[in-house]
Amino acid sequence: MLIGIAVGFELIGWSTRGASFLFNGQRLLVMVLQVSIVGLLAIGVTQVILTGGIDLSSGSVVALSAMIAASLAQTPNARAVFPALTDLPVVVPVAAGLATGALAGLVNGSLIAYTHIPPFIATLGMMVSARGLARYYTQGQPISMLTADYTALGAGAAPVVIFLAVAVGFHILLRHTRYGKYTYAIGANPLAARVSGVRVERHLIVVYTIAGLLAGLGGVVTSARAASGQAGMGMSYELDAIAAAVIGGTSLSGGIGRITGTVIGTIILGIMTSGFTFVGLDAYIQDIVKGGVIVSAVVADRYRHRLPAAKA
Amino acid sequence: MRYLLEVERVRKAFPGVLALNDVSLRVSAGTVHALMGENGAGKSTLMNIVAGLLKPDAGDVRLGGRVAMIHQELHLMPSMTVAENVFLGREPLTRFRLVDDRALERQTAAILATLNVDIDPGARVGDLSLAQRQMVEIARAVSREADVLIMDEPTSALSEREVAKLFGIVSDLRARGKAVIYITHKIDEVFLIADEVTVMRDGCVVGSLPASDLDRDRLITMMVGRELTQLFPKNNLPTDRIAISVSGLSLDGVFSDVSFDVRRGEILGVAGLVGSRRTEVAETLFGLRHPSSGEITIDGEPVRIDSPVAAIECGIAFLTEDRMSSGLFPPLNVHENMEVPVLGEFVSGGFVKQTRLLEACRTAAAAVQLKRPDQLFEPVQHLSGGNQQKVLVGRWLMTAPRILILDEPTRGVDVGAKAEIHRLIATLAADGAAVIMISSEMPEILGMSDRVMVMRQGRVAGIVERSEANQVELMRLAAN
Repeated sequence: MLIGIAVGFELIGWSTRGASFLFNGQRLLVMVLQVSIVGLLAIGVTQVILTGGIDLSSGSVVALSAMIAASLAQTPNARAVFPALTDLPVVVPVAAGLATGALAGLVNGSLIAYTHIPPFIATLGMMVSARGLARYYTQGQPISMLTADYTALGAGAAPVVIFLAVAVGFHILLRHTRYGKYTYAIGANPLAARVSGVRVERHLIVVYTIAGLLAGLGGVVTSARAASGQAGMGMSYELDAIAAAVIGGTSLSGGIGRITGTVIGTIILGIMTSGFTFVGLDAYIQDIVKGGVIVSAVVADRYRHRLPAAKA
Repeated sequence: MRYLLEVERVRKAFPGVLALNDVSLRVSAGTVHALMGENGAGKSTLMNIVAGLLKPDAGDVRLGGRVAMIHQELHLMPSMTVAENVFLGREPLTRFRLVDDRALERQTAAILATLNVDIDPGARVGDLSLAQRQMVEIARAVSREADVLIMDEPTSALSEREVAKLFGIVSDLRARGKAVIYITHKIDEVFLIADEVTVMRDGCVVGSLPASDLDRDRLITMMVGRELTQLFPKNNLPTDRIAISVSGLSLDGVFSDVSFDVRRGEILGVAGLVGSRRTEVAETLFGLRHPSSGEITIDGEPVRIDSPVAAIECGIAFLTEDRMSSGLFPPLNVHENMEVPVLGEFVSGGFVKQTRLLEACRTAAAAVQLKRPDQLFEPVQHLSGGNQQKVLVGRWLMTAPRILILDEPTRGVDVGAKAEIHRLIATLAADGAAVIMISSEMPEILGMSDRVMVMRQGRVAGIVERSEANQVELMRLAAN
């Protein structure tokens, strides 16, 4: 985490060479908005990683839930997907989007808990299938003309507020409830957790469902902000989400990590991207550096959590 | 008579325990040398050093030829063929540096023929029986032209006929001038096959004698005879109320017809050697395994324990055999390790009451003699083995168990912590808990138990009262 912040500051210092980086309100807003949606996903994937698993499907689930929610949020004068279902109260598309995400997570969790497929493979399958389903939904056509009530969810600072509210909520959940403690225990040692009376399978399903639910929320906010639903949304978001969690100190072996860390990791990711654009760094080089930062964060994490020369 | 193996004054220590203490041994060519002793005597450690898998802290090992070790858990690749396994890593190559499959099969068939073993070199190892797989391992050792073969408990899972076959091969190897070191606890086998016997106890060699100089009783006495110098605190008095009663408990292929009961306030020691399946019975009682048949009754009520959750609800606690793999949460701190089973009792309005929980943890930590108050927040990885075990005892203490199952509670624990843990167990029993204590340490079993149940190869060999229990009797029951 400290390393992450250091990287952040380095970038800030770097960029005050030219015009002011941080004190440009517009830029900051754009940066934070960009980051809020990935942040939502990151909170979900942090919990998954805490249990010792991984979720590669969040980006695709964003697309799928964006499509489904948008299709239920269209105005009557649009070329609607469901002509009979236009101008619906905003609750409906939102619920549909959330439910889509939750369902995807439920499938992931059930597969992983009961068939013992590695989470990497199960969520990889979902990643591909969900994206395919999103495309199939309207044969690749974008969904547009959404109601004002719906797009309000993505307007102004709404995404940021939603992100922060979710972050606070899950921070409390992980620190102060049984759910949170069981999550850490399972990641630390699933067998010991079972011996200690944790219903491991049931808990894993819940964790993956929550991650899916948050991806669904991400889809709703994305389509609200873009005032449309497109099957290409959320591309690579899952990788950014994982990167944010890892930079924020979440250990890929499970049992270590915090929401506060993930939020910081998300912001650092945003600063990096924004800073690169500001400095005029070539987009491809951005990716190279981003990759380097992520690997360094993991190496540093390994180093810090190395088993000390403990007795027996 | 040429010595193929000379071990001279070898010493090996692990954290908390001196595994080998000034051990010397000589094995001649053309002999079968049995290595005997209880669990923890040091046999496997010594052989791992001879085979080159471990380095001794002091002393010398001189080999007059190559050595090959056949472990109890065979190290074969089930998806590969017999021939591929036998020559793994040393495959014959063609001119173009590719594996010469035909030479591979031919050479394997040749070796199998010399051993008088009828297995198809092209057969998949995963399809073979355990006995056949052992033959493959032996073939591998022979193909490596090993002069010294070490076999670790080779017959623990074999039928009588397969054992006879194995003996035939071992005799044959002897006739060819090889030295076979045969680790076992089966006394009858020793007299059938061994020329010489070395008995180890507590990391020392008790004696090395020709088999002809020994008889059954002398062998047993050598294996266990020792002064019981450690006193165990016993202040519990078993009551008459039966806390848990097990009847006809069986798990197909693992253990069968296990019946016993434990009273409130009683400590039932469970003794047995490798393969006796004590841990599996304990796991079944705790819901980690599901029995094929049998009944469990707690306080008179029949119960179905189908998961650890159910077991904990019935008031059962289980301290597992291997704290690292199934007990501790390594990245978490001490109180986080202790609190998991009892979290439900500290929840109010959906939230865990942290202060009350920590208070309870503090009390439990004090009860197990984890003295420093700040230890609750220390990463459990930093603690010594003894303290880690105490953390786990503390965890189960917090569940206020009626029945406490302990599997090797003082394994890998230093002497000081050992005594503290024993005191704790005795106190728990004195407070009315029924304690089932699995242990491979004779002094511990004899010192702590009110009665001792001895298991042998998945069955109950006998249940002995404290007054009748002594090392010889227990070993007699445990070692067929």
